[in-house]
Amino acid sequence: MPGILAKAAAKAFPKSLWLYHCNSGACNGCDIEILNVLTPYYDVERFGLKLVGSPRHADVMLLSGAVTRPTLPLVKRAYEAMPAPKLVFGIGSCAAGGGCWFDTYNVAGGGATAVPVDYLIPGCPPRPEAIIYGVALALGLVPQKAAPVELKQVEFPIDAYLRNKAWEERNVIYKLIKD
Amino acid sequence: MWLTSKFKQIVLALKPGTVTLKYPFETRPVPKDFRGRPVWDHTKCIGCGGCANHCPARTILLRDLCQEVRVLIYDGAKCTYCGRCAELCPEKAIVMSPEFELAAPRREDFSQTLELFMLTCNRCGRCFDMEIKNAIDKLDLRGYRYDNIETRTVLRRTTDRMEPAVLDETEAARRPERIGG
Repeated sequence: MPGILAKAAAKAFPKSLWLYHCNSGACNGCDIEILNVLTPYYDVERFGLKLVGSPRHADVMLLSGAVTRPTLPLVKRAYEAMPAPKLVFGIGSCAAGGGCWFDTYNVAGGGATAVPVDYLIPGCPPRPEAIIYGVALALGLVPQKAAPVELKQVEFPIDAYLRNKAWEERNVIYKLIKD
Repeated sequence: MWLTSKFKQIVLALKPGTVTLKYPFETRPVPKDFRGRPVWDHTKCIGCGGCANHCPARTILLRDLCQEVRVLIYDGAKCTYCGRCAELCPEKAIVMSPEFELAAPRREDFSQTLELFMLTCNRCGRCFDMEIKNAIDKLDLRGYRYDNIETRTVLRRTTDRMEPAVLDETEAARRPERIGG
């Protein structure tokens, strides 16, 4: 009987992620947005997500803020305390790459300097919808939209010979005017 | 008695209806003047480097590969979406788009790379020779800029002429070592 119940629960709640919210030196902007996500208006408990107080209960760490020098060992310890299949979400530009603090004296860098970050959610702060999108991306509910973009004005290398020829041809008109 | 109070609760709960947004399945337009991902229009960009000079997060890098090729990289992971680049772009080549669904597993997924074709001015040697007031302005505005794009390092180093020796030197440039990094 318990086996059947466990199976039924696994089917009813696939990938229920429990979140641990870790502030590694954020300005509280991202923290407010994370709390906003848990309110009835955005309600991530629809996806089985739940905020827990201890990293030992958690599957996912929501890392907000650039990793400052005092918090660096603490973030590492919190990450090690989480049980093995674990994810880290870098929430906000600071956790994603250091934000505008990437160079400052007391900041070690983005979240990637302390722990391996699996999903980056940039924004300053990200909209609650953007956070939900990131979580939904991890759950496989939505396709990924961000992709590197490469734009070119001209195909390189330019053939110097062709260019000189074009230049000469363009100058024919001036020669004609002179004549 | 408690049963009637439960009914009352249900009636009260039904009155306002469901407020929860069905977000990932149903999208909603963003508010007016929302600043999402900046989008570069490579046909309009003249490669003045104003955005790279003014980016507070130093997330836009410029590097001159040769006399004619200038590469602009927008490394979006650090971007704070302040919209300063779009504001000061003289050609309005940068637009803050309403895109906010940017979550991605890799840092490179946010980047935009522009390869710009730079002409050579017969008088100043470059396209832009703005009115230079002091040495700091000179550093920003004139000549060739050599950020290290491989390591995403900002080098505020410029010269008046294209110097391959400086280009090679900056390729070895690294940010200073720091704790945990």
